[in-house]
Amino acid sequence: MANGGNFSVNICEEDHDYENLGESGPSRDSFQVFKEPACNVRGNPEDIQMEMFTKNSDTSDSESTSSSKESSNVYRVRSLQRNNWSAATRRVLSSMPSRKTGLHSSAGMAVRARQTCALPKHQTSSCDSLHIPRATQADITSPEFEEISTEDEGNNLADSGLWCAETNKQQLVSDLRGVSEGEGMRKLRAMPLSLADKMEIRKHSFSPLAKNSVINRNVPCHNLPCMYLSRMWRHCRYTPRFSTSLKLWHSSMKKLSGRYGTGVLSYFTFLRTLLFINLLFFIITFLFLVLPQAIHPPPDSHRVSFSWIGLLTGIGYLSQSLMFYGYYSNITIKTTSITSVVPYCIPTAYVFTITMSFFIICIILVYSMSKSFGKSFQVFKSDGNLSENVFCSWDFKVTKKPSIRLQSEKISTRLKEQLSELTSGEEERTLVQLFRNFLVHVAAWFICLASIFFSALGIYLLSKKAISKMHQNLDLLFMAAVVSGFNLLLPGIFNFCAWMEKHNSPSTRIYVSIFRNLLLKICIIGVLCYHWLGKIAVEQDPQVSKCWENFVGQELYRLLLMDFIFTVLYTFLGEFVWRIFSQKILRKNRKPVFDIARNVLELVYGQTLTWLGVLFAPLLPAVQIVKLFVLFYMKKNSLMLNCQASKKPWRATHMTTVFITLLFFPSFLGAAVFVAYTVWIIKPPSECGPFRNLTNMLESVKLWAERMKDYHQILSWLIRAYNAFTDNPLFLFLPSGVFLLVIYFRIQVVDGQRRIIRRLEKQIDDEGKDKKFLITQLQYLYEENNPNSSHRHRGR
Amino acid sequence: MGNKQTIFTAQQLDAYQDCTYFTRKEILRLFYRYRDLAPQLVPLDYTNHPDVKLPYELIGSMPELKDNPFRQRIAEVFSEDGEGNMTLDDFLDMFSVLSEMAPRDLKAYYAFKIYDFNDDDFICKSDLEKTLNKLTRNELTEDEVKMVCEKVIDEADLDNDGRLSLEDFQHMINRAPDFLSTFHIRI
Repeated sequence: MANGGNFSVNICEEDHDYENLGESGPSRDSFQVFKEPACNVRGNPEDIQMEMFTKNSDTSDSESTSSSKESSNVYRVRSLQRNNWSAATRRVLSSMPSRKTGLHSSAGMAVRARQTCALPKHQTSSCDSLHIPRATQADITSPEFEEISTEDEGNNLADSGLWCAETNKQQLVSDLRGVSEGEGMRKLRAMPLSLADKMEIRKHSFSPLAKNSVINRNVPCHNLPCMYLSRMWRHCRYTPRFSTSLKLWHSSMKKLSGRYGTGVLSYFTFLRTLLFINLLFFIITFLFLVLPQAIHPPPDSHRVSFSWIGLLTGIGYLSQSLMFYGYYSNITIKTTSITSVVPYCIPTAYVFTITMSFFIICIILVYSMSKSFGKSFQVFKSDGNLSENVFCSWDFKVTKKPSIRLQSEKISTRLKEQLSELTSGEEERTLVQLFRNFLVHVAAWFICLASIFFSALGIYLLSKKAISKMHQNLDLLFMAAVVSGFNLLLPGIFNFCAWMEKHNSPSTRIYVSIFRNLLLKICIIGVLCYHWLGKIAVEQDPQVSKCWENFVGQELYRLLLMDFIFTVLYTFLGEFVWRIFSQKILRKNRKPVFDIARNVLELVYGQTLTWLGVLFAPLLPAVQIVKLFVLFYMKKNSLMLNCQASKKPWRATHMTTVFITLLFFPSFLGAAVFVAYTVWIIKPPSECGPFRNLTNMLESVKLWAERMKDYHQILSWLIRAYNAFTDNPLFLFLPSGVFLLVIYFRIQVVDGQRRIIRRLEKQIDDEGKDKKFLITQLQYLYEENNPNSSHRHRGR
Repeated sequence: MGNKQTIFTAQQLDAYQDCTYFTRKEILRLFYRYRDLAPQLVPLDYTNHPDVKLPYELIGSMPELKDNPFRQRIAEVFSEDGEGNMTLDDFLDMFSVLSEMAPRDLKAYYAFKIYDFNDDDFICKSDLEKTLNKLTRNELTEDEVKMVCEKVIDEADLDNDGRLSLEDFQHMINRAPDFLSTFHIRI
């Protein structure tokens, strides 16, 4: 069998030469081959058993051919093509574990349903059991199907194909019947079948629902709203998609994503999320705090005349209004009918509302953080994975022609970069270069940290000086302007440092810049908080301590406003004027690029200010809502007019997770700690606000609890439980301990899963190697034993 | 938003709602988008299941798909006859899979079929070459294309048969969190 030693396999062509196997197989004596079963093929592939037998009497022949094989040229077997395999080989392939695992998923079943139905379609041109929308028509003319159909088993396979299709369909239907409605609906939607198939399966699996619409049901439903509500309720139960029902700005975001892609879209989605969080906060505080106080104004309020400067600085008219803490009184409302039963105590309502809102927002943030962690968590580090870049980087949302061109350029640049990285390998860096790089890094960090330190120091000194200038109107804005100015200028310095440093990978650059910006903002806010809580609240400065909460609230209000004004100025000057400047004067056609990281950090900073200030100015979320609303339209229009899409890659899902984490960790938790410290420890002033004459804000709750005890049985029991909770220091440590334990367990589980996945991957790899070896051996033996069939194959 | 629409029966709308990721309102909106492509072909009454198929040229002229290099493959994959001529069912199915709500596995399945140009249930080297050329608008040289294809197959092919099966593709997609956000068309 001289020709048996040569066989080559090509990748996708019709060439039928076989390459040599260069691999050293096991010794011939112990060689075992899978024999072609004698019986016909019938039924599902997984029922076929493989029989093993020891080597036949052609040992000597094989030995000679094997030696000729090994002595001939070694070619790596590139791939195994189905076209020329014998029936036995195909059976072996189909019963390998990697093929079997897919069978039990619905995708696998659908694939098999399609495949097995495609065969008889070629033969009988009718397959009534499953309507085949996506039949591989092209396959009918391919050699593979011709081969199969002309072999003996062709007819058997056709029959078995029909039978397979029926069983598959029944399997799908029974799958759905066995589970609950909601789960079944979810499974049905996730099946990769055509809509017509799905509707048919739905008819069979969910017969009560499908057959009866509400109109046909015997239970009368008299009015339209009832019908509509029941249908909507059924739909809502099975599709938890509350976020998409809020269609705010849907068309604008579609236009934006069409031009700029997913990265820029993530900024606007983040903005929308913040808007909804603020809306929720505002609604809660409005309903429970502002409205009761507005209906029952405090007796000692005196009106100051309205002025526009007062609107900016927060003093004057606004300071005597619902906006700030000082307006709220410590009255207990007993006049209306409901409250005469359970009196509504404003101080308690104040503390409870703020605390409850914080708690709810905490839950929402933790939930969305965990969801986006789940989406973006990568068990494997695949930074710059080539296949990922090829298959997952094309953004289907982009629809404008120039953006599509830009996207193609971006992808091709990235692919070229990755190729050059692969082919060239690591650059050799001399010691001098390394040292120089190190020095540059140290210098850049020194500049950044020094600038942060000096700006924080400046703000601290300024804030101490500002107290003496209490009543001069526009000067009050000076400190807020300085803070916003630092927030605007220093990121420019950071950008310059980043340009100087020339990091290797773009993601490092982004992380470093985010870290520096974050450090700047934390330092500034930290200095301000220390100043407020540490100095103002404690010192008995006569000018301030009359109502220091008002002062702090006003400061925060001013900071928020100045931040907004500076953002408007920057958008106008930085983007619009710069574009005109660079186009007309510098004659460059490059528009500025929208800096996503910096803008998102600005949003987080604004939100932090809101959360810090809500205790002192309950209407601050309303200001933030207005600000975000205006910001959306302003940024959108500026983007459309002035900016172009970025050429750098931006991993949107990953960065969204980072941003939500940033919103939670420094921003929300910091604000929560600040509020908790104020509520628990700081003594409220004696002359204004709802907590006058109390040692701390929580005491109002205790007093109210005392009074409530007499009113209702359940309430007194609750209050006793609450007292037991709060008096015990275990209250703080127990939940946090449990929380940390849960986190630790989850981390361990993920780590274990990661290890299992690695092991399974290695198994798959080994199986692949085994398969390659065995299949080629099997084919070789088949060719050896049946030289006629091999000629027939080669003849095509 | 009452029951005034007479395009579909209530059962049909329920069935569409249960089988796609769209609400009634969105299904009606999509119907109007479908009809806008050829108002004279598409009747306003779908209660008796008319057999209307829009040719590929009309589908490919939609603003969401007009400049997409893969629009032909997308239409072929989701159409009944495999040529790109779509009925309303195919149209709804296509946008349902490409919507935000569709799960990763479903999207991966259809993405695999889109990138499988010769419809043999495997992404072989020629499929990859065609994909790359469409992605980069033929900007890469032939050598570069060959190298990229080889590297991709090396990386993603788990069972070492030289081409990507659906399982290989899905395994690779699971490692890419961005896939869900990029394989998405807003309508």
